[in-house]
Amino acid sequence: MSWMSTDVLLAITIGVLKSIVILLAAVLSGAFLTVIERRLLGLWQDRHGPNRVGPFGAGQLIADMIKIFFKEDWIPPFADRKLFVLAPAIAFASLLLSFLIIPITPTWGVADLNIGLLFFFAMAGINVYAVLFGGYASANKYALIGAMRASAQTLSYEVFMGLSLMGIVAMTGSFNMRDIVNGQEGLWYIVPQFFGFLTFLIAGVAVTHRAPFDQPEAEQEIADGYHVEYSSMKFGMFFIGEYVGIVLISALLTTLFMGGWHGPLLPPIVWFLLKTSFFIMLFVLARAALPRPRYDRVMQFGWKFCLPLTLINLLVTGAVVLLTA
Amino acid sequence: MEIAFYLAALVAIVATFRVITHTNAVHALLYLIISLLAVAVVFYSLGAPFAAALEVIVYAGAIMVLFVFVVMMLNLGSQTADQERRWLAPRIWVGPSIMAALLLLVLVFSFWHGGGIGTISGEELSAREVGTRMFGPYLLAVELAAMLLLAALIAASHIGRNDEPQLERDMNESVQRAPAGNDEGRQS
Repeated sequence: MSWMSTDVLLAITIGVLKSIVILLAAVLSGAFLTVIERRLLGLWQDRHGPNRVGPFGAGQLIADMIKIFFKEDWIPPFADRKLFVLAPAIAFASLLLSFLIIPITPTWGVADLNIGLLFFFAMAGINVYAVLFGGYASANKYALIGAMRASAQTLSYEVFMGLSLMGIVAMTGSFNMRDIVNGQEGLWYIVPQFFGFLTFLIAGVAVTHRAPFDQPEAEQEIADGYHVEYSSMKFGMFFIGEYVGIVLISALLTTLFMGGWHGPLLPPIVWFLLKTSFFIMLFVLARAALPRPRYDRVMQFGWKFCLPLTLINLLVTGAVVLLTA
Repeated sequence: MEIAFYLAALVAIVATFRVITHTNAVHALLYLIISLLAVAVVFYSLGAPFAAALEVIVYAGAIMVLFVFVVMMLNLGSQTADQERRWLAPRIWVGPSIMAALLLLVLVFSFWHGGGIGTISGEELSAREVGTRMFGPYLLAVELAAMLLLAALIAASHIGRNDEPQLERDMNESVQRAPAGNDEGRQS
């Protein structure tokens, strides 16, 4: 077969290896974040945090993993078994798949899709089912309330999450992530699209159910919400999935608004990692500093403030793009 | 691309069949989601990645979530599963199946003779082209759809409207429910 020449095979092998490296990096950074976050929370809230296992508590992750793997993997007898097993897999897989579209450096990245951004929205849409099915299959009041809150919140915030990025798409003229990064060579999109940045940041926090938008899993009110019946690695999938979500949203913010790999002096990969870590810190700082608002206030804020703001932003961007074109 | 098309089409048909025959409403909806995802792959294999992405975002990601939401709230028990099973009796589905089979026969024959079969080229249609078509020759359809959605929005907001402000109503309810002792405590 002619197309199976050594060059093609080599290119395929390198592409697959790169993808595996990116996959492992995404999962591992998600896993390490569970510990790093607690240490940082301790720092910012003036307490110790987990500092007993290993130097500076770095061994805490291993301890947590051993514990989570060896716990009994219990499925409640009243649960809907199929959906109960399916839900954590969706939660983890849909977020991890979104890393497909993120260009890390000019040469690193899994896929160069023309519909790049839309692929992320599609995966974010699928991710809702994890919470919904998890809450339904648990047959538990708290889980059901959590699932309802989560799906209503995610649906509302996804509406303007899409709209907040359309300004960028209008300015670049493409959904392709590499085009978007290349379009920011002179000026990062955070400057002309500042309101887009703000609303996307808020929507990103809300879609990953992070504090202060963590009403779906509010411990004090509904005892962890949709994953209250989960144990062992199924809970671990939800748990690590949340942190993978943080890494994903941070990487997206970097790519879309902060110029991706662009930056002076340092190599591209370092700039990408620095910017992404900055946003991850921002996520943790938000959890350390902000209280949880009431649920109806969250919904009202989404529909009555953020949605009109993104619409106005889109209108103005459209007008400017038309005038300068 | 042809193999992808036929595989995805097969998945879509099997999943849709299971939507109809499944007795558990939530599981049936899960099959419907799979069917929609398969249809998205069909679009993709036909060279329409934009339509494929929108299919997942709009149908699988938004509309079906609301379906699952509503079915979840209805809290259907084993009774409904029994009812569904009874409704799947042959004397109920044979008639419509024959009629649908006839329609399928007509469709297959027309494809066979009419030469309406195009080959799958895998040529990609970009989002920009879709956009220029939508706001060019098909502008009227877009405008009409926008009108319809606006009408639906107004209707929904009218039905969901509370004449009493939310907070006031909540307070009234809590005052009515609270025991007398509490009430006095609040006034003092």
